[in-house]
Amino acid sequence: MKHLLSTKGLGRAEAIGLLDIAEDMADVANREVKKLPTLRGKTVVNLFFEDSTRTRISFEAAAKRLSADVINFSAKGSSVSKGESLKDTAQTLAAMGADGVVIRHPASGAPEVLAASGWIDAGIINAGDGTHEHPTQALLDAFTIRRRLHGTASRGTGLDGVRVTIVGDVLHSRVARSNLWLLTTLGAEVTFVAPPTLLPMDMSGWPAAVGFDLDAAIAAKPDVIMMLRIQAERMNAAFFPNSREYSRRWGLDDVRFARLAPASIVMHPGPMNRGLEISSEAADSAASTVLEQVANGVSVRMAALYLLMSGDREDS
Amino acid sequence: MPSDRIPGTPWLIRGAALPDGTRADLVLAEGRIAEIGSGLSRAGATTVDADGLIVLPGLVDLHTHLREPGYEQSETILTGSQAAAVGGFTSVFAMANTSPVQDTAGVVEQVLALGEQAGYVTVQPIGAVTVGLAGDRLAELGAMATSRARVRVFSDDGFCVSDPLLMRRALEYVKAFDGVIAQHAQEPRLTEKAQMNEGALSSELGLTGWPAVAEESIIARDVLLAEHVGSRLHVCHVSTAGSVDVIRWAKARGINVTAEATPHHLLLTEDLVRGYDARFKVNPPLRRREDVEALREGLADGTIDIVATDHAPHPVESKDCEWDAAANGMVGLESALSVVHAAMVESGMLGWSDIARVLSAAPARIGRVTGQGQGIVVGGPAELTLYDPAASRVFGRADLAGKGANSPYLSMTLPGRVLATFHRGYATVLDGALRPAGEIRSEPEDNRG
Amino acid sequence: MARTVLNQADIARALTRISHEILESNRGPDKLVILGIPTRGVVLAQRIADTIARIEPAATDVRVGSLDVTMYRDDLARTRTRTPSRTLVPGSIDGATVVLVDDVLYSGRTIRAALDALGDHGRPTIVRLAVLVDRGHRELPIRADFVGKNLPSSTDERINLHLLEVDGDEFVSIDGGGGIDHDGEDAR
Repeated sequence: MKHLLSTKGLGRAEAIGLLDIAEDMADVANREVKKLPTLRGKTVVNLFFEDSTRTRISFEAAAKRLSADVINFSAKGSSVSKGESLKDTAQTLAAMGADGVVIRHPASGAPEVLAASGWIDAGIINAGDGTHEHPTQALLDAFTIRRRLHGTASRGTGLDGVRVTIVGDVLHSRVARSNLWLLTTLGAEVTFVAPPTLLPMDMSGWPAAVGFDLDAAIAAKPDVIMMLRIQAERMNAAFFPNSREYSRRWGLDDVRFARLAPASIVMHPGPMNRGLEISSEAADSAASTVLEQVANGVSVRMAALYLLMSGDREDS
Repeated sequence: MPSDRIPGTPWLIRGAALPDGTRADLVLAEGRIAEIGSGLSRAGATTVDADGLIVLPGLVDLHTHLREPGYEQSETILTGSQAAAVGGFTSVFAMANTSPVQDTAGVVEQVLALGEQAGYVTVQPIGAVTVGLAGDRLAELGAMATSRARVRVFSDDGFCVSDPLLMRRALEYVKAFDGVIAQHAQEPRLTEKAQMNEGALSSELGLTGWPAVAEESIIARDVLLAEHVGSRLHVCHVSTAGSVDVIRWAKARGINVTAEATPHHLLLTEDLVRGYDARFKVNPPLRRREDVEALREGLADGTIDIVATDHAPHPVESKDCEWDAAANGMVGLESALSVVHAAMVESGMLGWSDIARVLSAAPARIGRVTGQGQGIVVGGPAELTLYDPAASRVFGRADLAGKGANSPYLSMTLPGRVLATFHRGYATVLDGALRPAGEIRSEPEDNRG
Repeated sequence: MARTVLNQADIARALTRISHEILESNRGPDKLVILGIPTRGVVLAQRIADTIARIEPAATDVRVGSLDVTMYRDDLARTRTRTPSRTLVPGSIDGATVVLVDDVLYSGRTIRAALDALGDHGRPTIVRLAVLVDRGHRELPIRADFVGKNLPSSTDERINLHLLEVDGDEFVSIDGGGGIDHDGEDAR
């Protein structure tokens, strides 16, 4: 694997292979020494043009568990915020000998531009670009679902027939897009539920069912319900009247949570707005995988870093 | 052509195909077409063998960004004029979004003078509709109209005159001097942070959509305003099938509206945005295949009157970056005729006489520019382009003569090639090569006018 | 041409002998952990554990598992990305006698990686190495404690080692002339 830019282009075998390696990586966390020497001498740069402490420390932990050196490059308060271009930043990192770059950027496609530019010859991992994709989040979500469903027998399996309902701001969600492509590649059926204003205007090419009614979606007893974060700024832009109305119609409150099938899985990519898109009872329940998702994030990112950075780059 | 040719001597063009297909020789002398016929000869004339070439009236671009004054790192009036000549143009209309903005008589006269000094093409300044393109109050339209630059086209291009009352006043006011408002039709609220055509692809790529309705609603409003006040409206860079329908409806109603399409909107589609290569970022954005087809049909049936390039040069750093940060715009002068050839002639939708209309006669008429667009007639101005329709080339950086390298056609194969351009009776391009500025300056003053 | 040097019966006899030697050197089955190195080492480890259980029916606490060394290899940047196999270490190895089992001992680099991997799982009292074939050409100061067959070879010869559970047939053969073995592993 040369880069990990999106889940759209990820094949089923490739995705399952990565999740299987993530299982091996998860085992490492249970050992006496929670570290592998695999990427000793390699340098991973976390290039974050957007604040995201959670994602950054997850990648940092993953890289360190593989013994890579980690450089955190935050664009806030750096030369980047003073107008330095992506190109100059990339060339600087190349000159410093970065072997892998984990990039978070507010502009959709920025990781792809970086990978295609020739400015830097490092493996690029997309850690979230604009409203485009967030592939490692989708991979950790798939990993989490697979583990819940198959436990220790997860290796080699897909998500065939698993019904996943994703609720919330699909329009602006890179998590929704990456999950759509990955989960359907793995055989799951995806349904989006959102206010019409928070759905993309044309979803004709998307292998997903679309609805506006959360109660109807819950009545269909999905195996997994994934609540997306509602950004405060959406409320000021007339996407919906106010948070109370949003919560009433599209929030996973206690009543709706009680109507889910007992074996259902409740997911949230975090950080959560408790009481808005998800109630505390749902978030803290046994059905919730919120904390597992965090732990699994490290394993999945270790697998991605391993696949990008271990082989001969010419070969991949 | 012999390099020892004395400036000002006549030209004899042998065996060119006129736009209607007939073969003829042409003699150019003293800035005019002196003779058209067969077997012509002229003592002392420099002969150009035009066997297999089409002779077109010099092309006129109603929509060019020359960037000077203010953005000389992107383009200057000289380099933009050179790009125009290489593309077969003899006249360009210079858009007003310079710095300072072309919103006073002083600035438009300066642009006019720099164009004359360069001498490659007639540079006709466009005036801003509102002061500083700010959309608040009318610029001195009358002063620009009566200045030496004789401005007749007014546009805030780059911005839409979105205030309906201001648009109404502008349309009314320019009637006093036979002016026209060239509207950049883009409803600003519907296109906040817009990055590409809104549709299935923008949904997938996560780029903020630029919906067709933002263009169509402004065009619909403006044609109704033009009808109401009895004024002349020109619509810049029409890009959607819906816009073509609205304009077709307006014309059927007798509304005095004209419209342009760019070469890129006639050939390219939004699929090129995949990959986030900012060379394909342009405003209005590249649209769907259906829109391209509708534009072609509109141009073929006369709903769309002209092709205009919207030549928009940018420095490398404005395109060598992430999509959101990149500037909108493509250079288009050098490639325009080849692209229109590929989109309209190879598809059988237009013949060469039509090309002469949409790229010369009609834009000259809409813009009221003198000495241009009069066709190939004895006694008419010697504004001509010799084009080899059988040529084919992989379009490359070397084919660009302006400062901007932001062409979407780099490494695409395009048909045809401009081999010579004559402006005011002298050659600006010969044997496919631009003549150096020094030689242009040595042409007779009276011809350079 | 391939020349068979061990057939299925030879392999069975060698493994039986190795099992006896392990018991003898350990003075019984106490605290034995047999760890195979994927892929074929895991099969051999299981067979050795089964044999020990037959020889000493009272020895119920012999533990067997697998130790993948992919993440510890020193050639990761020189080859295609390898797909790791599973590591299953049965319980704590602190104070245990670990017997590493591999199919062919060659450069010694796989065993170096295995020793590093083992160290990250705990601190065994003793670590031993059992291999079915030792073909020489060591690049590191590593030797096997239990060897099924010493097979002096030249570097341009190829050792083929097939086991029923993995390959569907079972033999050890040697090919004249260069090349690497069937699955691209370097340690044959």
